[in-house]
Amino acid sequence: MTAVDKLEVVATPEVPATHPGLFHRAWALPTAKIGTVLTAVVVLVAVLGPWLGPVITGHDPTDFAGKPFKHDGIAGTDGIGRDVFTRFLAGGSTLLLYAVLATAIGIVLGAAVGMFAGYSGGRLDSVVMRGNDVLLSFPQLVFALLAIAMIGPHGWLLVTVIGVTHAPRIARVARQATVAVVGCDYIRAAEMYAVPRWRILTGEVLPNITGPLMVELGLRLTYSIGYVASLSFLGLGIQPPSADWGLMINENRIALVVQPWGVLLPVLAIAVLTVGTNLITDSLASAAAHKEAR
Amino acid sequence: MARLIVRRLVVSLAVLWLVTLLVFIATLLLPGDPARAILGQQATPERIAALQHQLNLDAPVWQRYLDWLGGVFTGDLGFSTATQGSVNSLLGDRIVASLVLLVAAAVISTAVGLALGTWTAMRRGRPVDHAVSGISLVIAALPEFVIGMALIILLSTTVFRLFPSVTLTRPGAQVWSEPSQLVLPVLTLVLVVAPYITRMMRATMSEVLDSGYVEMARLKGLPERTVIVRHAFPHAIGPVAQVIALQLAWLAGGVVVVEFLFRYPGIGQALIDAVNKRDVEVVQAITLMIAAMYIVVNLLADIVGMLTNPKVAAR
Repeated sequence: MTAVDKLEVVATPEVPATHPGLFHRAWALPTAKIGTVLTAVVVLVAVLGPWLGPVITGHDPTDFAGKPFKHDGIAGTDGIGRDVFTRFLAGGSTLLLYAVLATAIGIVLGAAVGMFAGYSGGRLDSVVMRGNDVLLSFPQLVFALLAIAMIGPHGWLLVTVIGVTHAPRIARVARQATVAVVGCDYIRAAEMYAVPRWRILTGEVLPNITGPLMVELGLRLTYSIGYVASLSFLGLGIQPPSADWGLMINENRIALVVQPWGVLLPVLAIAVLTVGTNLITDSLASAAAHKEAR
Repeated sequence: MARLIVRRLVVSLAVLWLVTLLVFIATLLLPGDPARAILGQQATPERIAALQHQLNLDAPVWQRYLDWLGGVFTGDLGFSTATQGSVNSLLGDRIVASLVLLVAAAVISTAVGLALGTWTAMRRGRPVDHAVSGISLVIAALPEFVIGMALIILLSTTVFRLFPSVTLTRPGAQVWSEPSQLVLPVLTLVLVVAPYITRMMRATMSEVLDSGYVEMARLKGLPERTVIVRHAFPHAIGPVAQVIALQLAWLAGGVVVVEFLFRYPGIGQALIDAVNKRDVEVVQAITLMIAAMYIVVNLLADIVGMLTNPKVAAR
């Protein structure tokens, strides 16, 4: 026990656990700043919108607010007379929550499997990664459609199926990054001190693969937002009468000529959000690549 | 070399078999009884039993799997409960329509991606290079239905009215009988796929243009066009081919949302309909088709990668 404690004292100062350098380097790039601003704007709308909506417009998202396609208020009413602006403000929170949860499931599962396979090596590694290849041979959206066809459009299913289908893709990256650090001296040193395997994985390997994992996190978050919104757009995600951006686009697209706001506002919100997260991801990827090049 | 390809082929076949197993098991999880779903609530127990026997539902699970798999191999995809007809007749025309969309999108996006990637690689660091990479970074972030919706707003309804936003084909007519309605679906898919190909082509081409053999070709006094076409392009195409193939594999699944958006009469729209109506055998058939295509394109990507990688090819 004392040996382990001593080792931690010796091993940690060299590699700070949170890798502040990565975020510092990323923040120096203009894409990171633009991306953060864009993402923050939409996240604020999504998080505060459900409370602000009724205060600003005086209507609830599912309330009848007047005749269909009226043009008073901020953005008028939709095809069954609900206030478009209220529904827009309320429509981002569930989407964002589902996307974040799905990404979290994917990262935790994928990183765990990838690190375990990469650190163990040998036959275990090749068996796990072969299984991974099988799961990769299914397009994510089609996998989600198959699951929803069988079980029904439930929120938990949406989050689970998107998260689980992210995992093999993340596992591939995590494994590759792990294999690259397994031979390093600090890991061999930890092994010599007989540190338990899970402590090596969480204490030594994980802090040293945060670069690629952070890039994956950003990438998968962007995709999660796209998948949740797409499934709601298809009528198989978040269900009516809930207000949701993807759903709103589908509900209002027939009346695009008479009432463009019902489509335009959610399209803009999803676009700004995904572009924002993608710009952040791009800056992280540049920062991680820059570190490797040195 | 040949052994590697054969090994890769065997792996693909095994994966395909596992996918059939997965698709079949998924349908077993479906609550309710298909026979009751077909006959409705008023059916007598005798009729349900008779139909169960007719549909082979009273057979053991492994036998039903083998029967289904046999059907798939002999081209009989099963019975659609929603349309009360065979899956084959439901999907026949739709498969062709989807393929038209896929092939058009694949050909155009590959050509655009390769050209734009090469062109920007030759102008590295200039404003036009930054502009193209910035735009492709933005477009690559957008979900396909957002791109499609933006195109509808721009080109079909609110701003300009150039192309129809929905596909309206008379019964019996083919989708390409009116080419203008193909424009927006194809353009959407091209915009989704082309940025990835462009970025990869630009990165690979930049590396190739810095290499010794390109410098050598230039020093020989060859015209720039010959240097690019004969010396640089063949070296850049290998790694890019894999990205192209991965993007085409993505198209097989991505076509679902785009077809729904433009009401395009292909298998993607049929899949959404079938999922909504819980039309199991149609869902099985289409997911299997899309997965098979995904696997085949990925296989081709790997084989192209092996053929163009001199280290592997020499073995």
